[in-house]
Amino acid sequence: MSRLWLPSVTLWQREVVRFLRQRNRVVGALGTPLVFWVLIGSGLRRSVVSAGSGDPIDYLQYSFPGIIVLILLFTAIFANISIIEDRREGFLQAVLASPASRSAVVLGKVLGSTTLALMQAVVFLALTPLAGMALSWLSVAASVGVLTIVALELSALGFVVAWPMDSTQGFHAVMNLVLMPMWLLSGAFFPAGGASPWIRWIMAANPLTYGMAALRHAMYAGTRAVDPALPSPAVCLTVTIAFSALVFGLAIRAVARKA
Amino acid sequence: MAAANIVELSSLTHRYADRVALRDLTMDVSAGTILAILGPNGGGKTTLFRILATLLTPTAGTARIAGHDVVTAQGAVRAAIGVVFQYPSLDEKLSVLENMHHQGHLYGLSGAALRTRSRELLQRFGVDARSGDTVEKLSGGLKRRVELAKAMLHRPSVLLLDEPSTGLDPAVKLALFQQLVELKEREGVTTLLTTHLMDEADRCDRIAIVDQGKLVALDSAAALKQVIGGDVLTITTADPHALRPRIEARFGGAITLVDGGLRVERECGAAFVPTLIEAFPGEIESVTVGKPTLDDVFLHLTGHRFEERRGGETDAQPAG
Repeated sequence: MSRLWLPSVTLWQREVVRFLRQRNRVVGALGTPLVFWVLIGSGLRRSVVSAGSGDPIDYLQYSFPGIIVLILLFTAIFANISIIEDRREGFLQAVLASPASRSAVVLGKVLGSTTLALMQAVVFLALTPLAGMALSWLSVAASVGVLTIVALELSALGFVVAWPMDSTQGFHAVMNLVLMPMWLLSGAFFPAGGASPWIRWIMAANPLTYGMAALRHAMYAGTRAVDPALPSPAVCLTVTIAFSALVFGLAIRAVARKA
Repeated sequence: MAAANIVELSSLTHRYADRVALRDLTMDVSAGTILAILGPNGGGKTTLFRILATLLTPTAGTARIAGHDVVTAQGAVRAAIGVVFQYPSLDEKLSVLENMHHQGHLYGLSGAALRTRSRELLQRFGVDARSGDTVEKLSGGLKRRVELAKAMLHRPSVLLLDEPSTGLDPAVKLALFQQLVELKEREGVTTLLTTHLMDEADRCDRIAIVDQGKLVALDSAAALKQVIGGDVLTITTADPHALRPRIEARFGGAITLVDGGLRVERECGAAFVPTLIEAFPGEIESVTVGKPTLDDVFLHLTGHRFEERRGGETDAQPAG
């Protein structure tokens, strides 16, 4: 067991410490989504979203949970991209040559990235009053719970994508072709209700749609009606937890396959 | 005898999709040796290093370190080896001591034992005064010392170093080598280092010359140089192509064309010089006599120069 837990903890701790020491990373990770939200949200402010029969909602408010998920996605991408560089010329070389369990590499990285993502998401949650939303404590607790699962899901997904890659260019390609569209088509940017049928179909098949919807359920709990077209909380949680477990399993399998 | 061999390679072979990197390599290294794995870039050294470091599975053959197979007993091999990579494996954003502690945790060390051992090694390698500094503030030489200290944390019996002197100036290189000698003398550590530098290999106890994936020779530097058995003469002349067959016809022996000069091996070089000059009056511009270097040994054993692509007029064709 000492080959799993102690290395996992040390790798997790390293992720967090080195993140906090790189001020530009902290600024970039929080600043980028904030700028996105303010610009897009303000630009589209008058475009009130009234999908399905839910209450019409201001776009700044509509996009707020979506931006929080974008923070989780960005963090997962940036934390995992280092795997590619570190393996040939960096810290990861020494980890792979050590007797530490390969699963510790996954645990350390995924838990590290999840922690970073959550720290930023919580800072962002504190900005809800700016979006004109009031969250109850129960709602905050539920949101943090959902964000934890989605952060784990995206971190593990980022790991699975990054691990077999030899170049960061390849990772950027996947990021632009898969990860960003996954976010765009999760209901973060626009609701499924107004989209063409084929887009709606993709959105229904997108696992992140369920994480996104779970976050809306959690954040709106008790304060506003949720778009009835969204999947139920039970479905959202089941799909999100199942997909997280799947990608985490894939990550463990990936490290066992390639040194 | 077998018990004293800490590294045993048997018919080790590795193929990449498009080329063979190691061919049927067999050798033993006895404990407490500093062995240089010398060869030109692309000759298979790094492949061998990666196999020994358990980062690459060989296509065929076996490699054992401290009695453990690098493929079937990875965990035991990893615990027995300390690895220093060509590219830094330190986290630049963390302090020297933090890097040491993370490394220790990876090897199952923790608490007071880890702290004491870290301090002791940083002191021994002369970097304890910088232990609180982030690694990015350290010079290349100091970083390499921290790498070495880090690799020694878990008291490995074998150290593997990939091109350890890359980017280091000569004085630092020497100091680093001195530390390897100390480790050998104090703790009986065996060191295997890959290098493409002749002077570095020259200092090691034994040299394994690896060229085009094959083990060409394995011996001490002195013994290897005796293969040539005498001196090496380098002749410069206006028309080396014309002179070569004539010298060969007159005195026999193989003469090679290297960088536009003629290279002759003779048992007693100094005595041969006047004979040679008298035989071809006015045609020889200069003759230098030297003891054979590892460069000469490499040429003698492989038939081609160590650094083929350095330019100049040379006999052998670049190895494909």
